Formats: sequence, structure tokens, C-alpha cells
Amino acid sequence: MNAALYHRRRRRSRIVMVLSVAATAFGALWLVLILGTLVWNGAAGLSLAVFAENTPPPGSAGGLANAIVGSVILTIFGIVIGTPIGILAGTWMAEYGRYSPLSTVIRFVNDILLSAPSIVIGLFVYEILVVSMGHFSAWAGGAALAMLVIPVVVRTTEDMLLLVPNTLREAGAAIGAPRWKIIASVGYRAARSGILTGILLAVARITGETAPLLFTALNNQFWSLDPNQPMASLPVTIFQFALSPYADWQQLAWTGALIVTFAVLTLNIVARVLSNLGGSK
Amino acid sequence: MSEAAIATITPTPAVAARSFEAAKDKVSVRDLRFYYGDTLALKGITLALETRKVTAFIGPSGCGKSTLLRVLNRMYDLYPNQRAEGEVMLDGENILSPRQDLNLLRARVGMVFQKPTPFPMSIFDNIAFGIQLYERLPRSEIADRVEAALTRAALWSEVKDKLRASGLSLSGGQQQRLCIARTIAARPEVVLFDEPCSALDPISTSKIEELIDELKSDYTIAIVTHNMQQAARVSDYTAFMYLGELVEFGETAKMFMAPADKRTQDYITGRFG
Ligand SMILES: Nc1ncnc2c1ncn2[C@@H]1O[C@H](COP(=O)(O)OP(=O)(O)OP(=O)(O)O)[C@@H](O)[C@H]1O
Ligand SMILES: [Mg+2]
Repeated sequence: MNAALYHRRRRRSRIVMVLSVAATAFGALWLVLILGTLVWNGAAGLSLAVFAENTPPPGSAGGLANAIVGSVILTIFGIVIGTPIGILAGTWMAEYGRYSPLSTVIRFVNDILLSAPSIVIGLFVYEILVVSMGHFSAWAGGAALAMLVIPVVVRTTEDMLLLVPNTLREAGAAIGAPRWKIIASVGYRAARSGILTGILLAVARITGETAPLLFTALNNQFWSLDPNQPMASLPVTIFQFALSPYADWQQLAWTGALIVTFAVLTLNIVARVLSNLGGSK
Repeated sequence: MSEAAIATITPTPAVAARSFEAAKDKVSVRDLRFYYGDTLALKGITLALETRKVTAFIGPSGCGKSTLLRVLNRMYDLYPNQRAEGEVMLDGENILSPRQDLNLLRARVGMVFQKPTPFPMSIFDNIAFGIQLYERLPRSEIADRVEAALTRAALWSEVKDKLRASGLSLSGGQQQRLCIARTIAARPEVVLFDEPCSALDPISTSKIEELIDELKSDYTIAIVTHNMQQAARVSDYTAFMYLGELVEFGETAKMFMAPADKRTQDYITGRFG
């Protein structure tokens, strides 16, 4: 055995390890700093009023109730519109069109959509919905969010269905089950937790999005559940309040940011737990 | 022999069906060639599966046994670039015809795979799934059918207290018997077994062999196996395949006692393969 060579390699391995740990620590440090700042600044403004009162005009007290409810509604719109389309498209690519050249093209386009700047999607929906309807609306906001949901769900649905072994499909076919039945009863069941994880990740992604809503749902200072009207949302409210010169608006922006961050964090954790549950089976 | 039977029947379907009930051959394969893309994997196979008999397929790895089985229920149709030429008659109808309804065909020709493939659902649902595909039955009758199938597959006593448990929670041998139960619960006419015991221990293997012996009173059975003793034990007829060709086909006893072809003899005495 070549002892010198061995020691040289050992030393090199140690250096690489130290560098990796340092890089990880550097990344983690920023994350902790961001979360720390958020909690520090945001928690100060947390009170029942935040959840009970609407966004105030500058200089008076208020909360974020309309923005929180608006965010929930817009997210639901996005998911309800985007998920079925995404699942069906992903199913086509993984099952019916698996060997079709068209599905390769669609996968490519979907990947572009997946990384498309969300502001572009906001502008696109502005052009086709807001301009033609003549006003901003929650519908348009939901549509913009749906366009962000679709590529995520398409991707995870396809990936998860591709993980289902072909032997299972053959077993379904072997007892005479029609294709759709195999997909619904065997494929989806085997891929369920993965697909669910994808949907949760899509929810997490759109709850923090500002750009696509700026041009579509806009904002609303008042309590409104009318999907035909502009609707408030947390990200847009944060955007507006954080840039304002008023201290109480800035405080609400911090608090809103804290709420959004924790909502997204929780969703991510739930998604992670779900996918681990599915993986260990 | 089967050609004679086909020639003498009258063309009216009802009569034809009745004649075929008595017909000797359930499935007859004529001049079957099979392609994976441009590769010829079966080079003109002609043989017949006799009604309610067990036919074993033996031969060295890669000779085309699985390929042949997968033609009999057209499983290959799930994949592009795989195609079969020739004729495969099931009860006198060519199943290779493009007009053949594949789901109905596979409901009639069941298949059990090498690796157990329970569906990701409960033991009960694994079997009820197949039953409910083509029949609408009251809940109680489904339960009866599930019990009957599990009993027949020699699994009932082991699972009767945990029908709601996942099919994946069973042992390998139990999973394989679950798959057999699932297959027969759907009431096929032909059952294809592709090395059903190769992943199992000797006890599970003998259980499944007994099961096959028991099933042949109702079903026409084809089984692929690498185990000569198994072929000798369970089958009435044996087909020896080599490099995509059918080398020898005949009664099992005769074939193992006095093989006609040198290659068959070498294979069953373990000299190659
Ligand atoms: N999906 C496939 N694509 C291309 N060629 C294939 C495919 N499946 C099988 N073949 C080829 O067809 C031939 C027959 O394969 P087959 O699986 O029928 O063999 P087998 O007799 O079942 O072997 P084994 O005993 O190992 O299961 C082999 O030469 C194999 O390489
Ligand atoms: Mg094989």
C-alpha cells in the first residue's frame, strides 16, 4: 500500500469536507437570519386585530383580514382550476402518450413554463382577461395562479406515474381492466402521495406569488368576496405596504410576511412528510 | 386435429360455440412470428393448448417462452414496436385480428406473472376489482366470490381475518396466491403462468403446484418454468423451445422419457441452458 498517496487523499478528502460544511453553514446562516428578522419584526405586530380587521388607510389601525381571506380564495381558485388540468395532462404524458413524440415536445414546453418568470404570466393574463373584461378581478388572479400550478402538477403527476412499475399496469390489463380503470384504480393509487405532494408544493409556490396578482387581482382595501372585483392578497398587500412611508403599514407588511412564510413552510413540511410516507411503503 | 374440427363445424355462431365446447383445443397457434422492432423473437411457432390440460413451456433463457405467452393475451399490445404475425385461434377466433377487443380477450385469458403483483389496495379489493369489471353484483355476492377465489387459491385460512389489510402486507408466496385468486375470480377460460414459482420457497411452490393441478379441472393452463421437475409434475403436455423455435412438443411423460430431439434431451438432462 502506498502510504503517502493514501495520506494525500485523506488530506484532500478532509479539505473538501470542511469546504462543504462551510458552504452549508453559510447557506443555513442566511436562512436563519431571514427567518429571525421576520419573526423579530413580524411577531411584534401579531394580534387578533390582524386577523379580524381589514387593511387600514394610512395612519389608522387595522389588520390583514381581507388580504388573508383574499389569498386563501385566490389560492383555491388557482388550485381548483390548475390541478385537474395538470393531473390530466400529466396522465396523458405518462400513460397514453408515453411513447408519442408529442409528449416529448409537451414535456419540453412544460419545463419552460415551469421556470417562466411569473411576471410574464401575470402580463399574459392581464392581456387576455383583464383587458378584455375591462377591469381587474379575482377570476383573473386565479387564472394567473392556475397557470403557475399547471406545470408543477403536470411534472409531478407524470414523474410519479412513471415511477409506477409497468408490471402493475400489466397485472391490471391481465384481468381485462380497461386502460382508464387501470390508471384510476392502480396508477393513481400507487402514485397518490407523490401527486398530492406536487399539489401541496404548487400551493406553497402560489401563496407567495406577487407578480402574477399585481396585474390581475390587483388589490382591494375593503372586504370583498366577489370574484368579479379586484381582490386583496397578502403578497400584494405586503408589496404595497412595505414600500409605503407609513410605519403602521410597514409593521403590517412584516406581520403579513411572517404569516405567508409560515404558511409556506408548513405546507412544505406537510408535503415532505407525505412524500416520505409514500416512499417508505 | 383442430383443423378438422374447424372444418366440420357449421358457420352459425351458436352451433359453432357448442361445437367448440367439445373441441379438443382451446387455443391453437399457427405459424406465429413475433417481432421486437426488427428482431424476430418467435420464428414460426405452431402448437395447440388442449382444453382443460396443462401445457408447460421449457427452454433456455431468452428462447421466447414469455414472448409466446404474452401473445396469447396480447399483452405485447401495450408497447409500441412489438408485433405478431400468424394466427392464434381462441375457440376458433383469431385473436390477432385488429378487431379483437383486448379487454374482453384478457378477461378470458388471465395471466400470473413471475413477480407477484398485488394492486396497492386491500386484499379484498384486490380480488373484488377483477370481479366488478364485467359484472354488477350485490355486495354480499361479491364477498362470496372473493371468499371462493381465496379458498380455491389456498389462501383463505391465512387472510380471512385481515381482508382489509393491504395486499402488499402479505409474504411473497401469499402475494402470488393472491394474484392467482385475483385471476381466477374474474373467471377466465385460459390461465397463463409465467414462472409463477421462481421467486418462492419450496413450500409455497408446492402449494402453487397443487393449485395448478386443481385448477385444470376448469381452466386451460399454460405454464412457463425453468424447473424440469415442476414441468414433469404439473403438466400434461410439454413444449421445448430453443432460440425462438419450437423444437419439440408432446405429452410430458413421453417427452421426459424419450425425447425425440437431441437438443431436448440435452436440455432436460441439464447439459445446457
Ligand atoms: N422488450 C423487449 N425488447 C426487445 N427484445 C426483447 C424484449 N423482451 C424480450 N426480448 C428478446 O426476445 C427474446 C425472447 O425473450 P423472452 O423474454 O420471451 O425469453 P424467455 O424464454 O421468457 O426467457 P427467460 O427464461 O429468461 O424468461 C430474447 O432474445 C430477448 O432478448
Ligand atoms: Mg421469461
